[in-house]
Amino acid sequence: MTIASGEHPGVTTGELEYAVRIEHVTKRYVSEGPVILDDLSLDVRPGEFVSNVGASGCGKSTLLNLLAGLDKPTAGFIETLDAPTLIFQEPALMPWLTAGRNVELALFLRGGFSRAERRAKAQELLAKVNLERSFDQRPHELSGGMRQRVAIARALAQGRSIMLMDEPFAALDAITRDLLHDELSLIWEETNLTVLFVTHNVREAVRLGQRVLLMSSRPGRFIREWQVDIDGTRRIDSPAVADLASHITDDLREEIRRHAN
Amino acid sequence: MPTETTEPSSAERAQERNLSELNAGLDALETHDVMRRPISHGIARALSPLIAIGAVVLVWQTLTWLRWQPDWILPGPGQVWDSLWNQYEQDILVESVLNSIRRAAQGFLISIVVATPIGLALGLSRKLRAIFGPILVGLQQLPSVAWVPAAIIWFGLSDATIYTVVLLGAVPSIANGLIAGMDQIPPIYLRAGDVLGARGWNRIVRIVLPAAWPGYLSGLEQGWAFAWRSLMAAELIAVSPALGLGIGQMLDVGRTLGDMALVLGSILVILFVGVLVERVVFSPIRTRTLRNRGLLR
Repeated sequence: MTIASGEHPGVTTGELEYAVRIEHVTKRYVSEGPVILDDLSLDVRPGEFVSNVGASGCGKSTLLNLLAGLDKPTAGFIETLDAPTLIFQEPALMPWLTAGRNVELALFLRGGFSRAERRAKAQELLAKVNLERSFDQRPHELSGGMRQRVAIARALAQGRSIMLMDEPFAALDAITRDLLHDELSLIWEETNLTVLFVTHNVREAVRLGQRVLLMSSRPGRFIREWQVDIDGTRRIDSPAVADLASHITDDLREEIRRHAN
Repeated sequence: MPTETTEPSSAERAQERNLSELNAGLDALETHDVMRRPISHGIARALSPLIAIGAVVLVWQTLTWLRWQPDWILPGPGQVWDSLWNQYEQDILVESVLNSIRRAAQGFLISIVVATPIGLALGLSRKLRAIFGPILVGLQQLPSVAWVPAAIIWFGLSDATIYTVVLLGAVPSIANGLIAGMDQIPPIYLRAGDVLGARGWNRIVRIVLPAAWPGYLSGLEQGWAFAWRSLMAAELIAVSPALGLGIGQMLDVGRTLGDMALVLGSILVILFVGVLVERVVFSPIRTRTLRNRGLLR
């Protein structure tokens, strides 16, 4: 992966055209083996929220691993404004640390903060996800939704401009998920985060994203995209959200049906 | 476009407050205070082994009263106590116990220093594991008493002999415990560590070692047990005035004199020290570790 810098073609330091650029990326795990990702190209503007939906086997998680630099593409290249942070389906909090210490760990590894600064900043970030009172609680003492909020606070502590999210709310109950959507939207509005959000849940994709990408499965390709032009406060049960979601679901089903024979 | 930061409107502020109230409500519903057990419960738990000890002493005393075996084969609890008291009055008991504990503790600490880098290296590198892993497992199987004759030939009747045997007993257990702990780290923590940017030394100290700690702790417990056993074997075999007192030596004196009360007394002291260290040192650490990680039932 190349991390874009000033002298890179395509990225101008003045006005940034994109935060993530994927060009003709192909991924196979075994050479001559099955193609997981097939010739993907995508530009994501800085500050954009892009949702990515697809059935199983579309290589969504593979794509995020490539973007996060945990793996390398077989062909093509990926440029990102800075190293993205990644939120998993599991909160992946370190069980030997309290909620606050988990956030402090991210600050420590980022570097450049004194112990007192780390503590203050971790408090501030936990307050941002409404968990200011949970600083000293252990991960196992928190509910699933609270843990995922700590994970978001920890990711924010890294100070990166791109956040990749790999089905982050899939394991949560509907009520908790609903609140986390509000929470994430709010955080995204307050910051300049570029978000690439991968999900199986079409409504969730429409509820959150400015743009929704549909991926095909085996091999994974971008097959269609929608701009989400819904004004005002969106909710998972807004008619406009449901309307667009049902269109996307039709296309998704079409794609799944293709694999029947 | 959200890229420009504007002052939040009053509607946004209201939404934000609304959300934090909603979150607080849901959080309260989904979590509950952990019930702390009263301290009396802990004391009762700590004292419950006394029931078993009492039962054993009772049976033993009864057999003595019944004169089931002659004194020189099975002395009664009272005789064993007198024998230990005798050792105490001669200033032998306390010094022996302290000497043995000091040797075991020093040997154990040196073992930790030696075993930890070995365990880390073998846990991190598949190649090193393939080369040295089987030897380490083999060494753990080998009773370290087997090294006593070799150590005596190499180092004579010296402290070096004793520490060699203790180290050969404890190091493989500790190293293997650490390796097992590292093998059992859920991959998600390592991935999370990678995403957070933990590399090199930070990765080892901030992610790998804490994540492997439960297995490492088991290794340390087992390592202590092996250190203590090996020490007793070494003290029992390598007897010399140059080495000074120790519980093993005390046991050997009992054997030489045919003093069964002293032999039994020494065995009880060895047992007592082992149980004491487990209860006072390892058990609290283990309980704390499990509780912190939510693994305590």
